[in-house]
Amino acid sequence: MNFDYSEEQQLLADSVRRFLQNKYQFEDRKKIISGAGWSEEVWAQFAEMGLTALPVSPDYGGFGGGAVDLMSVMEAFGEALVVEPLLPTLVAARLVGRAGTSTQKKALLPAVADGRLRMAFAESPKANVVGAPAAHKLIVLAEENLFIVDAAEVPMQPYRTIDNMLAARIDFSPSKADLLAKGAGAAVEEALDFATALVCAEAVGAMKFACDTTLEYLKTRKQFGVPIGTFQALQHRIVDMFISHEQAKSMACLACSRVDSSANPDERARAVSAAKIRIADAARHVSQEAVQLHGGMGMSEELKVSHSFRRLTVLARQFGDADHHLQRFASL
Amino acid sequence: MDLNYSPEELAFRDEVRAWLTKNLPAELKDKGHYSKEELLRWHRILAKKGWVAPAWPKEWGGTGWNVVQRYIFEEELGYAGGPMLIPFGLTMCAPVLLRFGTEAQKKRFLPRIYNGDDFWCQGYSEPGSGSDLASLKTKAVRNGERYVVNGQKIWTTLAHYADWIFCLVRTDPTVEKRQEGISFLLIDMKAPGITVRPLILMDGAHEVNEVFFDDVEVPAENLVHDEGKGWTVAKYLLGYERMNTGRIGESKRQLARLKEFASHQIRTNSRFRDRLSRLEIELIALEITNLRFLDRMRRTGQPPGADVSMLKIKGTEIQQGLTELAMECIDPLAGDEKSLALQKKYLTTRKTTIYAGSNEIQRNIIAKMTLGL
Repeated sequence: MNFDYSEEQQLLADSVRRFLQNKYQFEDRKKIISGAGWSEEVWAQFAEMGLTALPVSPDYGGFGGGAVDLMSVMEAFGEALVVEPLLPTLVAARLVGRAGTSTQKKALLPAVADGRLRMAFAESPKANVVGAPAAHKLIVLAEENLFIVDAAEVPMQPYRTIDNMLAARIDFSPSKADLLAKGAGAAVEEALDFATALVCAEAVGAMKFACDTTLEYLKTRKQFGVPIGTFQALQHRIVDMFISHEQAKSMACLACSRVDSSANPDERARAVSAAKIRIADAARHVSQEAVQLHGGMGMSEELKVSHSFRRLTVLARQFGDADHHLQRFASL
Repeated sequence: MDLNYSPEELAFRDEVRAWLTKNLPAELKDKGHYSKEELLRWHRILAKKGWVAPAWPKEWGGTGWNVVQRYIFEEELGYAGGPMLIPFGLTMCAPVLLRFGTEAQKKRFLPRIYNGDDFWCQGYSEPGSGSDLASLKTKAVRNGERYVVNGQKIWTTLAHYADWIFCLVRTDPTVEKRQEGISFLLIDMKAPGITVRPLILMDGAHEVNEVFFDDVEVPAENLVHDEGKGWTVAKYLLGYERMNTGRIGESKRQLARLKEFASHQIRTNSRFRDRLSRLEIELIALEITNLRFLDRMRRTGQPPGADVSMLKIKGTEIQQGLTELAMECIDPLAGDEKSLALQKKYLTTRKTTIYAGSNEIQRNIIAKMTLGL
């Protein structure tokens, strides 16, 4: 047993963090979301760092990495509240890799690996799909079957989600699409567990930001002539936020590790659902407390903490909320 | 990152588990309260095997296991369902003696602790000094080669079984910094002037006591570390203690028993089922958090940081949650033995978030030491 990142994982995490610190400060992000909603330049940098290639099989120009390899990347994304749609592309690519024919894999995966092709995944023909407006191809689940379609062929209305992610409402008809796989239930469940584990890691990063920035605020904000962090009522609340974050991080480790190593789908599903339940609870707790402890400033559009609140609110529910996963956890 | 135990660690776990299965007497399993004889019986079985004090240095009987092996052992011990090893001698007094004691003190006390010859208790809390421990008033006045002790301790767990008590006492009431007037004394419970009075808690059990000291004479050789250094000793002990407060193995056993006991509720009451799931997940998370702390200790070689206080907070919350759910499976008006035992378990488990530094004190520690508030 060990909780170390390997040397490669650590190097990658360091380079992603360095990049985000230099080029993806809150002000940079503001410019992106007030413009196109995502940055092609940032995307190119991600591809340059190997993030798009990381989970793609070496047979198709990738590195064959797993969820654990992506965990620290997703944590860093969560801290910086990255809006570029990496996860939608990786989830769709995973479906192609697991369910597609070798011709389809050859056509798509090398382009994903080198960053030329963006994709998104729709869990039903009529759905709200994150990343769809920036995607070239969509993978759509219709009943138990997966289809692949040019994004340009799908009627869609782009918009921003509450947490400033680029999304679109799609209305899709399988008649215009290529079949990716029939009866792909198991592949879809696996890909959704992969996505859920990564969303857990992303939420852990966003919680870390919320905890750190709130701690900073408690140390600097003065009322009654003293920093408000000297008040025990607030100290205990921020301690509980840090505990929630640690417990959430532990569960993200479990989920990512089981997605990579479980031969048994039930064991994997149980770990992922357990993680999502704990992380949904923690995301709600930490995000709400972060806003409360910031007082009025926590409500402000100007402060990153309100953006982390929105991101955590969505992440808590994306790929199934706590109730959904409680149902699944109990059924396994 | 690999969350699975290595084949060697698994083999070690299996060896421990098999031995415990074979050697833990059935009549010692899952009892609410244990007599002194029962506690010592289990202690001596483990001592004979050489497993009663794994963390001690090898020369004094330790096993030489690494932190992960020790964790596995602790967990299996808890999971086996036997009586808890009483910590006052093994994991409280002994580490203090090993760190601060004289050679004579080590030779005199450690083998007797190891073999279960002396039963120890802890004299910290006083009626006016609970969370504010440094305000303690029990005083020890040096008189030649003796200290004369007067005062009172309270909530002293198993003092009525104990042969010895380690105490924090005030040796200097004049120093400006009150922590510097405190010393660490070892006191023979048979010394004239000591009175033990039971305190019955709300489950009806006698576990804690008041201990009165009335002109009790203590040889000066029973002072540990220097006079006035008692607070240093107490803080060292606190750090040592905190790693083992999660009681994860024991909670796993309680969870497994609860799932069996509550099978009807789990099937028919989704609200109950979801609360149980959340508790189970909290326990899974706590175990991994605990392992992450151990892994950090192993990698950095550093002692545990103050943030391990969260293990106590979460571990005790889980223990309470489990007993609360178990109690909710029975008729609140029931009078049969099994129902009453579950209700009493709920009652007595409320103490866990209060003792060993209340959970509020643990939060103060994290706020101050880890978060710098």
